[in-house]
Amino acid sequence: MQDIHFSLRRIGAVALRHLYLMRSSWPRVLEMVYWPTVQMILWGFITLYLQGNSSLIAQASGLLLSGVLLWDVLFRGQLGIALVFMEEMWSRNLGHLFVSPLRPYEMVVSLLFMSLLRTLIGIGGATLIAIPLFQYSIYDMGLPLIAFFLNLIIMGWAIGLMVSGIVLRYGMGAESIAWVSVFAIQPLCAIYYPVATLPSWLQPVALALPASHVFEGMRELLLQHTFNVAHMQWAIGLNIVFLSAGIAVFLGYFRVARRRGLLLQVGE
Amino acid sequence: MHPEFVIEVSGLYKYFDQFCAINDLQFQARKGVTTALLGGNGAGKTTTIAMLLGLLTPSQGKIHILGEDMLQHRYRLLHRMNFSSPYVDLPQRLTIRQNLTVYGHLYRLPRLKERIAELAQALNLDTLLDKRYGQLSAGQKTRVSLAKSLLNKPELLLMDEPTASLDPDTADSIRSYLEQYQRDTGASILLASHNMAEVERMASDVIMMRKGQVVDTGTPDELLARYGRNNLEEVFIDIARHKESA
Repeated sequence: MQDIHFSLRRIGAVALRHLYLMRSSWPRVLEMVYWPTVQMILWGFITLYLQGNSSLIAQASGLLLSGVLLWDVLFRGQLGIALVFMEEMWSRNLGHLFVSPLRPYEMVVSLLFMSLLRTLIGIGGATLIAIPLFQYSIYDMGLPLIAFFLNLIIMGWAIGLMVSGIVLRYGMGAESIAWVSVFAIQPLCAIYYPVATLPSWLQPVALALPASHVFEGMRELLLQHTFNVAHMQWAIGLNIVFLSAGIAVFLGYFRVARRRGLLLQVGE
Repeated sequence: MHPEFVIEVSGLYKYFDQFCAINDLQFQARKGVTTALLGGNGAGKTTTIAMLLGLLTPSQGKIHILGEDMLQHRYRLLHRMNFSSPYVDLPQRLTIRQNLTVYGHLYRLPRLKERIAELAQALNLDTLLDKRYGQLSAGQKTRVSLAKSLLNKPELLLMDEPTASLDPDTADSIRSYLEQYQRDTGASILLASHNMAEVERMASDVIMMRKGQVVDTGTPDELLARYGRNNLEEVFIDIARHKESA
């Protein structure tokens, strides 16, 4: 049995490595803000167009923009984990990292921290630009926004950890999973329409996703100005399962990588 | 565990699916000296080093390092050892200083800036510290890898072909630095190399491997006498071609 021991300094060291990387390359920072901003602008104009044609949008003009920005929290959260981990694979650095006393679970915590930072930079930039551009502030949601954000980023982390584990196990050939996996569940997350819109046989699947409860809760907040505690409880409960599964898959594949000698072999 | 030994390996096996890469490996490495691990391509040297470092889990067997069970106390031991190889990269976009800073924090080193400055001076890296790793020549990269491996003043240093691709002058200065480090600290070195002149110069003990097993051990002089050869290169070829000792 290995000693269980967390070191904030080791966690910080891995984060520092990626902060150095971000600092040395402004296109990387720009890229984090670029896509969320482009998405926000696109949906902002769609909202402007629909406001005159849809009573629903007229009633809650932020419905689509909130949806797109919050969806990006999940997407960026997942991508943040996968990108930071794959950066270690691309640079063939895993061998050196894991002959140091760095524990795999400390690596996981570093990945979560870097993902949070990247998401805050990316989405934060887009939300601020939306205020002068569309006179829309997602921060008007108040405290529930924090609950929505945390639940979505945690679900993104869970998927990101699973994807990173799969890429570690199956090599860079599986890299495309990192880019496309999250879009497979997008139609089920009830971002732009309620779960009730889905066929009845698909609704239980949608309701098994934390994100569906977040977006249902978001719609209720924007349309009825009430915060649905039940949806939030479901989201939190499901996220505990999702994140536990994500960590278990990552650490499980890490053990497989140790057994198969993949830590020395991975790279471009 | 015998206190004289820094590494004790017994009954070690490593299977990759049906392929047996390491087959009942047994050896010891003495404290405070350099032990060379020799063998042709595919003999199992890198696999053995990866298992000693905890990067690869053995299928079976025991590894004791610095008196402790590696499989049980990996993280405690990793603080006291390190690894250098020109075949494992450091992040290319980070400068030397940034790379050494990150690794210094991973080992939770006190007075890290001073330690980096000390190593940079010793390995002639002080003028390169703010250059990106990816912009360095092969020789400079090897010196950075060595600096990284010495950051925590390891009691056991594992090296996979430390002077591969270096010009003779740089290779000589690295060997001299390692010898000095060993004299100053009493550290033990396990060296995998194909450079027999390097082995003759640095190693007190030699372990010869073939097909995942130890086929012979001894001091360089003992091996030369046993095979009736003038240098280790000829001994190496004899062993690789399955010739018996004289």
